[in-house]
Amino acid sequence: MKKMKVISPILMEVSWVPCSPLRRVRIGPIKVRYRMLLLVFRLSFLSFFPSLSLSQHFAPTRTKPHHRISVSLNLKQRKQREEKRRMMMKLDTSGLESFSAAVPSAMATAEDQLFAPPSFDLPAGCADFDKFQMEAKQTLKHAKGTTTLAFIFNQGVIVAADSRASMGGYISSQSVKKIIEINPYMLGTMAGGAADCQFWHRNLGIKCRLHELANKRRISVTGASKLLANILYSYRGMGLSIGTMIAGWDEKGPGLYYVDSEGGRLKGNRFSVGSGSPYAYGVLDNGYRPDMTVDEAHELARRAIYHATFRDGASGGVVSVYHVGPNGWKKLSGDDVSELHYKYYPVQPTPVEHEMVDAPPA
Amino acid sequence: MARYDRAITVFSPDGHLFQVEYALEAVRKGNAAVGVRGSDTVVLGVEKKSTPKLQDSRTVRKIVSLDTHIALACAGLKADARVLINRARIECQSHRLTVEDPVTVEYITRYIAGLQQKYTQSGGVRPFGLSTLIVGFDPYSEKPALYQTDPSGTFSAWKANATGRNSNSMREFLEKNYKETSGKETIKLAIRALLEVVESGGKNIEIAVMTHKDGLRQLEEAEIDEYVAEIEAEKAAAEAAKKGGGASTSASS
Repeated sequence: MKKMKVISPILMEVSWVPCSPLRRVRIGPIKVRYRMLLLVFRLSFLSFFPSLSLSQHFAPTRTKPHHRISVSLNLKQRKQREEKRRMMMKLDTSGLESFSAAVPSAMATAEDQLFAPPSFDLPAGCADFDKFQMEAKQTLKHAKGTTTLAFIFNQGVIVAADSRASMGGYISSQSVKKIIEINPYMLGTMAGGAADCQFWHRNLGIKCRLHELANKRRISVTGASKLLANILYSYRGMGLSIGTMIAGWDEKGPGLYYVDSEGGRLKGNRFSVGSGSPYAYGVLDNGYRPDMTVDEAHELARRAIYHATFRDGASGGVVSVYHVGPNGWKKLSGDDVSELHYKYYPVQPTPVEHEMVDAPPA
Repeated sequence: MARYDRAITVFSPDGHLFQVEYALEAVRKGNAAVGVRGSDTVVLGVEKKSTPKLQDSRTVRKIVSLDTHIALACAGLKADARVLINRARIECQSHRLTVEDPVTVEYITRYIAGLQQKYTQSGGVRPFGLSTLIVGFDPYSEKPALYQTDPSGTFSAWKANATGRNSNSMREFLEKNYKETSGKETIKLAIRALLEVVESGGKNIEIAVMTHKDGLRQLEEAEIDEYVAEIEAEKAAAEAAKKGGGASTSASS
């Protein structure tokens, strides 16, 4: 009789047996029919899995079993099944992964999991995703109702913004902080979705601080804007609405970058973002000189925003002006635009044609 | 004790990770490598075992560059080195892409050390069996730097260090003879340290020099022979001076 090792049938699927059930096998000193062995194993197994059918043991011929004990699949097969199920339910977002995921790494670090963009399922009840995306974009198109500007000159960077938030024709707030302090030497401006801007600037602040701690040096404006742009690119098409300028002072001097939710990132000397930007650009480009003093630059920025708020309905409230110098940023002023209006265009006393005078006492 | 050296992730009762220590053993069997930091130059030197006649020696490069301003020499398993170097090169470029700045020497050393540590704390993998010497210039401060990592994942900065075979004797020599040097003197110090443990001659030593302006430059055999000849001459002169001084004192007494 061929010597044959008895392999525990618990680890294999029920339909497979190493030999005919009637064959006599030997385990150590004991000789039994293989069928007896299977019976013993399965009866002990059954105490955990009562759904198994017993008919197989007593059938004269081997029949295909009705049940497959899925738990007897080994780890690899189970993982493959789970993955397949997971792949079918989710949208393929491999093209949107942030760059760090492209670097091959043996196992994901806690850092990667902290900064990996969250993945989410398709919105419920959404048959045509492309149409849904287009509609979502349209509803947000008018949302960049604001005026913000920033420019670099010899003494640093000036950043200015209005403070009105509007929802269509309704002015929801006149006192929104549109200049966000990322850290003591970097500022970001807000245009578009307020929540998006606030959250992602906060997040950028965290990343900048971690970079500082890990590398014992401040992150450059270039690096910070690149981090933000990469994040926004990975959310491209998902409805974020951000048009921001990152302004700061680092070792290379003053830096100014425009970053938006389409994933674009531009380096420049003068930017204005928002619905009032054409008006602001007119005044800014006209009055700009690289060798201005801080006061002149301050006044130019304030004027530019004022003129934008004068003509654009979605901009108004208070003009805030900040200056970023080698020692960090400093808020220069916050003036209400209506007061500025009367400062720039004081009321002219009009000559009166007839003057009413008290009649002299009789 | 034998039961605690199978799986890497298991501590022994007296606090050792045996697999890591065995990896250090593998390093001790590898080629000698030395690194010296000067005020404006960094030098890496590696022992070159005699190449078989039919082997194309140009394909066996022991000192590699990770980026235009960073170079690495290692002692230990060369195949592990290849994997680690590839990952480090990718990380250098990835850093350039995400922050638009070249890596600092400290950053890439931290990355390599982190990678080596990861493999000491996972199941089913073994540690990298190599210690590396990483040299370079920081893009901001233009100061030279020399770092060393080892299989446990620790790293530190050094003025001069050696790993691999007979590293203890090389390090003793460097401790005795180190002083702030620049340019050619740094190269000579590195060669002298290597010559302590290696047969003298240009074909047994590989030297690479890095300066901030010119980047990494591998020295030719002829150049190395020149330096070796200079060093031998200096040694002979020093011995003669000692003997001459000794003879005169003995004569006077």
